[in-house]
Amino acid sequence: MMDALFFYLFATLVLGGAILTVTRRNAVHSAISLIVSLIGVAGLYLLQQAEFLFAVQIVLYVGGIMVLFLFVIMLVNLDQAAKQRRFNRQWWIALLCVTAVGVEIAYFVRKGASAFSMARPPVAAVANAGGNTEQIADVLFRQYLLPFEIASVLLLVAVVGSVVMAKKRI
Amino acid sequence: MQTILQSPLFIPLAVTIVIIAVFPLVAGYLTLVERKVLADFQVRLGPMRVGPHGLLQPIADALKLMLKEDIIPTDADQWIFWMAPVISTFTALTSFAVLPFSQLLYVADVNVGILVIMAMSAVGILGIILGGWASNSHYPLLGALRSAAQLVSYEVALSFALLSGLMVAGTLSMQGIIKAQLSHGVWFAFSNYGFMLVPFVVYLISATAETNRAPFDLPEAESELVAGFHTEYSGFRWALYFLAEYANMFVASSVAVTLFWGGWLRPFPSVAWLDPINYVLPFLLFFGSGAGSFLLVKRLPDPLQQKVLILVALLLILSGLVFLVPQVNHAVIGLFWFLLKVAVIIYLLVWFRGTFPRFRYDQLMNIGWKYMIPIGMAAVLVNALLGMT
Repeated sequence: MMDALFFYLFATLVLGGAILTVTRRNAVHSAISLIVSLIGVAGLYLLQQAEFLFAVQIVLYVGGIMVLFLFVIMLVNLDQAAKQRRFNRQWWIALLCVTAVGVEIAYFVRKGASAFSMARPPVAAVANAGGNTEQIADVLFRQYLLPFEIASVLLLVAVVGSVVMAKKRI
Repeated sequence: MQTILQSPLFIPLAVTIVIIAVFPLVAGYLTLVERKVLADFQVRLGPMRVGPHGLLQPIADALKLMLKEDIIPTDADQWIFWMAPVISTFTALTSFAVLPFSQLLYVADVNVGILVIMAMSAVGILGIILGGWASNSHYPLLGALRSAAQLVSYEVALSFALLSGLMVAGTLSMQGIIKAQLSHGVWFAFSNYGFMLVPFVVYLISATAETNRAPFDLPEAESELVAGFHTEYSGFRWALYFLAEYANMFVASSVAVTLFWGGWLRPFPSVAWLDPINYVLPFLLFFGSGAGSFLLVKRLPDPLQQKVLILVALLLILSGLVFLVPQVNHAVIGLFWFLLKVAVIIYLLVWFRGTFPRFRYDQLMNIGWKYMIPIGMAAVLVNALLGMT
C-alpha cells in the first residue's frame, strides 16, 4: 500500500517534471523541472531497493550534470530566447507520429505479454547478497570488468580532449 | 505508553523532532561561539551586552531576524526566490538523518549513509545557485557562479579523501564505519601507519571549501561581492540560508568525526584500562567550566546578569555531576564523545577563519585542482597498497 503510494508520487514527479521541462519558456525553469524529474527517478530506484543507484543518481545527475547545465544557462542571455517563437508549427505531425508509435508499442506489448515478467519485487535476492552496493560491485568488477574498463578509458579520453580544447597553448 | 516506547519508529521520530527543534538553537549558539572566539583572536571582547558575556545574544538575533521585513526585489523570479533558501535548509537538515550521534541515537542507518550525505550536499548547491540567479542582480549572480564552480571543484577532492577512509572501513554505512574502527581498535585517522592523516587533512581543507567558510569564502567575499549569493535576501529567508550554512558545517564536521575520529568511540577504544576516562573527562569539562563561571560572577556589574550566570554555572556543574552516575553515563557517553569531537572540528574551522586571509579566486582553483585532487588520488593509491597487508 505504502509502496504503491510512493510509486505514484514519484511517477508523478517524473512525468510532471518531464512535461514541464519541454513546455516552460524560461530555460532555468525547464532545468529545475528536469531536476525534479531526475529526483523522481532516484525515488523510483529507492523503491526498488537500489539505494546505491539512488545516491549515485542524485550525486551525478542533480549535483553534477544539472549544476553545470544551470551554470551554462545563467551565462547565456535568456531574454532573447524567451521571446523567440517556438518551433511548434508541426504539432499535428508530431501528434501523428506519437500516436503511431503508441499504437505500435501497445500492440506488441499485448501480443508478447507472456514474455514479460512485470512487477516482481527483487527484495529477496538483495537481502541474501548482503546489500545493494556490494552486489553492484560484485557484478561490475567480476562479470563486466572489460566494459567497465573500456568506459573508463572513454571517459579519460573525454577529459584529455576537453583539456586540449580548452587550453590555447600546451 | 509501553507500546510507544517499544515501537521501532520511536527513537528515529524522537531524534528527528529533537534535531529539527534544537538545531536552530545550536546554530545560534555556534554563531556566538564563533564571534567570541574570533573576538578573542583579535583581542576584542565580542558581544557583551545581551545577557552575561553575550550569552543571550543568539536569541536576540533570532527574534530580530524573524521580525524583519521580507523584501523581494521587483524583477526577481519570485517562486525560485522563495524556494532557494528552502532547498538549502531542507537538504542540510536531511543529512542529519544518517548521522550516528551515538550507538542508539540515530534516525536511520542506511547502507549507503555517506553517499546520502554527498547527495544532499550536491542538491544543496542548487539552493545557492538558484538563489543567486533569482535575485536578478549582479553581485548575487557572480557569487552564485563562483560558489557553483568552487563546490563542484572541491567535491572531487572531498570524494577522494572520503574514498581512502571508506576503503579502510569497507562499508558505506555510518554506524558500520564506526564499528569497523572499534574492531580495528584504532581511529582511522591513525590507521595505515599514520598515512590516513593525509586524506584527513585533504578532507578538512575540502570541507572548509565545501561549506563556504573562510579562507575559502569567495562566494560571499564582502570586499568584492557585497554578500555574495544572499545579497538580496533579508529577514527570515536570509536566516534560512544562515541556518543551512551552519547545518552544513555541522554535517561536514560529523562526517570527519565519523570517518576519521571514531564517531562515538572514546579515545583509544581498544585499551581497556582507560575506561575511567568516560567518567573523568566529561566531569572535569563540565564541572571545570561551571566552577570557572562562578569566578566570573563577581566581575559582572549588573545583578540580573549575575543571577543568569549563576544559573548557567549551576547547570554546568549539575550536568558534570550527572555524568558520574553509571547508568546515565552509559546512556549518554557516546553522544558526549561525538559532540565533543564535532565541537573540536568546528573550533578548528573558526580558528582557520581567524588565521588565514582569504584566497584569491585563481589561488582557490589552483589549490583545488593542482594540489588537493592529486594529493587525494595519491592518498587513495598509497592507502590501498598499505591496506592490503
